[in-house]
This record gives sequence, C-alpha cells and structure tokens, in this order.
Amino acid sequence: MGITVSLENMDKIYERPKTLKDQVMHYCPGCGHGVAHRLVMEIVAELGIQEKTIGIAPVGCSVFAYYYMDIDMQEAAHGRACAVATGVKRMMPDHYVFTYQGDGDLAAIGTNETIHACNRGENITIVFVNNAVYGMTGGQMAPTTLIGQITTTCPSGREQVANGYPIRMSELVAQLPGTTYVERVAVNTPARVRKAKKALTKAFKSQELKKGTSFIEIVSNCPSNWKMTPVESNKWLDENMLPYYPLGLYKDEISGE
Amino acid sequence: MSEMLLMKGNEAMAEAAIRAGSEGYFAYPITPQSEVAEYMAREAPKHGTVFLQAESELAAINMLYGAAGAGFKVWTSSSSPGISLMQEGISYIAGAMLPCVIVNVNRGGPGLGTIQPSQGDYFQTVKGGGHGDYRLITLAPSTVQEIADYMSLAFDLAWKYRNPAMILMDGALGQMMEKVQFKPYTDPGRDFSWSTRGKKEDRESNFITSLFIKPEEMEQVNLQLQRTYREIEKNEVRYETYEIDDADLVFVAYGLSARIASKVMHILRNKGLKVGLVKPVTLWPYPYKILHDLADRVKGFFVMELNAGQMVEDVRLGVNGKKEVGFYGRMGGMIYSPEEVAEKVEAFARKIGM
Amino acid sequence: MAKVKGAVVINTENCKGCGLCIYACPTDTLGFSKEINSKGFNYSEMVQDECIACVSCALVCPDAVITVYRMKKDKAV
Repeated sequence: MGITVSLENMDKIYERPKTLKDQVMHYCPGCGHGVAHRLVMEIVAELGIQEKTIGIAPVGCSVFAYYYMDIDMQEAAHGRACAVATGVKRMMPDHYVFTYQGDGDLAAIGTNETIHACNRGENITIVFVNNAVYGMTGGQMAPTTLIGQITTTCPSGREQVANGYPIRMSELVAQLPGTTYVERVAVNTPARVRKAKKALTKAFKSQELKKGTSFIEIVSNCPSNWKMTPVESNKWLDENMLPYYPLGLYKDEISGE
Repeated sequence: MSEMLLMKGNEAMAEAAIRAGSEGYFAYPITPQSEVAEYMAREAPKHGTVFLQAESELAAINMLYGAAGAGFKVWTSSSSPGISLMQEGISYIAGAMLPCVIVNVNRGGPGLGTIQPSQGDYFQTVKGGGHGDYRLITLAPSTVQEIADYMSLAFDLAWKYRNPAMILMDGALGQMMEKVQFKPYTDPGRDFSWSTRGKKEDRESNFITSLFIKPEEMEQVNLQLQRTYREIEKNEVRYETYEIDDADLVFVAYGLSARIASKVMHILRNKGLKVGLVKPVTLWPYPYKILHDLADRVKGFFVMELNAGQMVEDVRLGVNGKKEVGFYGRMGGMIYSPEEVAEKVEAFARKIGM
Repeated sequence: MAKVKGAVVINTENCKGCGLCIYACPTDTLGFSKEINSKGFNYSEMVQDECIACVSCALVCPDAVITVYRMKKDKAV
C-alpha cells in the first residue's frame, strides 16, 4: 500500500501536456515511443503551435500516433512519410510539419523518400525513432539491427555477409547539403530526455528559418521484441546501441541564426 | 470562351489544370507525357501553383496524398509504368477519401514496354490496380479539346465525391496538336473542413488515414465508399453517341480508338452498312445501360481497342448476351488503320448474318 | 540548505507498471504496488515521503501518467 502525501502548499511543476489526448497509448510497457510522443507534444504546446502543426504518422508501431497527438495528422503509406510531409509543407510553407517514423519505415522501405526530402532541404522536421527492430510486425530484423543481434528473421544474430550492416541514418543525412540540423539523442535516462527535448525544440524552431531539413534520431528501446524488462532494455541500449549509434550533434547550421 | 489555340494534348492538359485552379502538381518525368511537367515548371509559378518534380512516381503520388489531405486542389500525371508505381498511393488516396486528379497517358506494356500509344491500362484503371475495393472516376478524352474540358470536370467530380479521378488517355492524344478553346471555369466551391490545415481550438483534430484496424470499422468505411460509388454510378455516367438511330451495328470505342472508329463508320456507311458509335466518356462509371438498351434493336456490337480486349468485357456485361459482340485490337503501341478495322467489321457482320 | 520537498500523483489506472520511474527515482520514493489496476498491472506509487520534486520519474514515464508537485518556497522545511 503506497503512502499519501498532502498536496497542500504545493505547486504543480510537471504534468502531462494538454496536446496529448486523454488516451492510453497502445505501446508496450516501458516503450520509448511514449516518451518521444510526449516530448513532441510538449514542444507543440510550449511553442504554442498546435494550430499550425501537421504531423505525419508512419507505418509501424507509431501508426496510431494521431490517436494520441492532438493535432491535425496524416497517416502515410509505409515509408512515404517524408513524401507526404513534402506535399503538406509545399502547400503550407508557414506551417510546422513533421514526420514521426521508425527504423523500418524511415531507413528501409522509405530510405529513398527520406534521403530526397533531406537532399531537397524540405523545411520539415523528421523525428526518427531507432529501436533496431520491427516492432509492429513482431520483432523482425530492421535496417538498424545490430550485428549479432537476434531477431525473428535473423534467429542466430544479424550477420554482415547475409544481411549487410546496420545503417547509421544521422551520419548519412548529415552529409546532405539540404539538412541544417541533425542530432542523435536517447530517452532512456532523465538527463537524456531533457537533452532530447532541447534537440526537438531546436528542430521544430528551425522550420521558422526555412533553411532546410531538421533530423532528430531518437535511439530507443523495444522491451517486448528485445525480450527484456524495460529497465534491462534501457541498460542494453546503453551497452549495445550507443557504441554503434553514438549520441551527439552531427550537424548544426542554425545555431546563432 | 478563350481564343482558339493550337496545342499539344499534354500542354492543353496542363493549361486546363491551371485554369481549373490547380494549386499543386507533383510528378516524375516519363515519356510520352513529360511535356506536362515541363509546361507546369514553366507556367505554374506565374499562377501561384506549386510545382515539384519528385524523386519517383512513388514519391509524387504520396506528395499528392499529403497535399490533397491538406485540402488543396492538386494533381499529377504519368504514363503506364509510372502509374503502376503509383498504385499503392492511389489505393491509399481512395481509402482515405482524398480528392485529386491523376492523368495516365497510356503507353504500351507490359513491363517497360514501349513509348508508343496503347489502351492497355483499362483494367488497371477501372477494375482495381491497387489493392482493396475502390473505384476511380475515370474520364477518357478523344480530342485535345476534350482533354481540356475533362480536366476541370475531373477536379469537380473528385471534389464533389471526395474520390480520386483519373483521366485515361493514350500517348497519341498527349502528343497530337489540335485546336482547343478553354472554357471559362468557376470553382463550384469546395468543402475542406475535413482536411489537415492545423487544429483549431473549436474542433477535434482532423486526421487523414486509410487504416481502420477493427474489422467492424473497416467494413463501415467500405460501405461508405460503396454508397459513394453507387451515387456516382447514378449521377455521372457519361457517353456520346454517333449515328445510332438507324444503326444495325454499333461500335463501342473510347479515346484514340473512338476517333478511328468514326472513320471506319464512314467507310462502312459508304458501303451500305449502317454503323453507329457509342463513345464512353466515363469508363467508370461505365455506360452499361445504353448498351443494354441498344441490344434490343441492333444486330450486333463491335469493340475496337488498342489492347488485347479489355473494355470489351464491360460491353459484354452491358449487352448481357443479347447480341454478338465482335472485337479487334492491336497491341504493343501499334495502331490499326481504319481500312484494317473495316475489313474485320465486315467479316464480323457476315458472321452474324448482316 | 532547506530540503526540497515534493510529491507525485500517478494515474495508477493508466500506469503500465514498466518500472522506469522507480529505477529513475534517486530517492527510492517510488515502488511497485501490491495491488493491480484493472488492466492487471502492478502500478507505480509513492512508497515513502522522500520526493525531492526532481521530475526524473515523469521525464522517463512513457505513458505520461505522472504529475509532479513541489512545496512552495516559503513552506520549505
């Protein structure tokens, strides 16, 4: 039985953002998608841009993002979020347009759309959640699955000879002249969540400069398909994901603007 | 009415779209319709219309999805292989009930095929193409003037029913130069309250999706689509008839084939054979009824298509076994001469005892 | 220096019991409930009055079910 503490003389210093709908998200316990959703919605609330923000949901675990984010959204075909976002942004250049995509969506089936949107410098924010596995379909190998990592379609661990290398998208898109701001963050500790929020805020605000694409990669967990507890999965992320996907700033052409 | 101009079909199409208030055009170049993108690249900026050359047809159709989902009057054009690549997006657009116009300047297939004209995409256009139970409102012009006229009609029908509309024409029409006059256009008014232009405080958030994971919901969406399709079938069947009043034999042909059919008709009438023509303007909804009615008084039907026999199946559905239906087709970008078809028709006429 | 005093309110019905907040809490204020909510999860709850209002729990909570409170400055003990 937990304890009850009186809230008398206390200030509310943190609460769920109003831009997140009053819905229980379908994500598995401990999944980083929930944190990423919340951060994006906190930013929309704090920047006061709910009326001017259009989100593009992917195919994958976050396919239902529009049930949770209280903004106008479109659900794109698998991999096509960046093309859909391009269509929206070109018609409404003064709106904030973002895609929210997983690794299969952004870095396998949608690599072409991703790279060309970044290369054109579409003035959108791409939120890329990389958890190294296909979640929605039940744990198959992703383009970002690590060498040696076991999934249902590489049951003895990903082998380079058969499956190639895990793809590092932040490094890749940072090479393109169309991107202005690229950062890789994580959401598995309180400090990293704060940092991720700063990065996402900067990415959204960069759209006001109309200078190009902002790309935020969020290295995240998938307790269910990694077959770990949420706490174990966050440790595994530290020990295995981050050495291959180093956190940090990959490109910043907007600071000081 | 504007002055009389001499224009290529592809360019008349683009000009008509601009005059119909097109707000955006997204496309990828492909022969035989690359002039459309070239025309839009040049003219769109003058009219405040967005033009973007996409990295693929796949991207183009999804840009269209996004732009249409935001409630804008947008379109794309391509040719057969490119349209095949767009099928995924077209199914999503239909499922999400988005209005937009897609033009297919049909070339010969299958595969990479040829850049010469064909009508081989009839099935793809009116019988599916992409996955799921959906329909495209399909208009088939046979002159450059009709290309111009059907462009604004396609936009209006797409918006009236929140359903994608396709203009299906063959490569010859895209490349041919003819006189054209652009009729004055007034937008009948568009409701885009459903679109994603930013959530206002006084309403729930809008979302555009074709995903309804619960079968009960998905069936309701399908039923809604079917109600719309029945409505379109009731209101929008369009066709033209030529010399059918005294006809013993009726041609059924659309697009380039309809032009050739009218020439065949005159050759045969000069020989004493009373031939008429039904030219479907909408390939979906299809003008079954006129064929069904005519079947009671004519001796037979003859279908000519630049394919192996696709629309002929719809003609047979309309005629419903009441009379013989003859067919002649050429494929792979080959076009029949009127004399060649006339010979086939005469043989058919003899066979059915005319 | 006065110790910051805080409290958290958890929407226990929507908590999925992932335990990330419990792990993130620097003062062991949070723990799993003995009871389960209607979805069958042992939810997270305050088990001792040690909250310092650092917000760590709410930051890592994937379900946004945590509200954090802090004692007004003049009331700090």
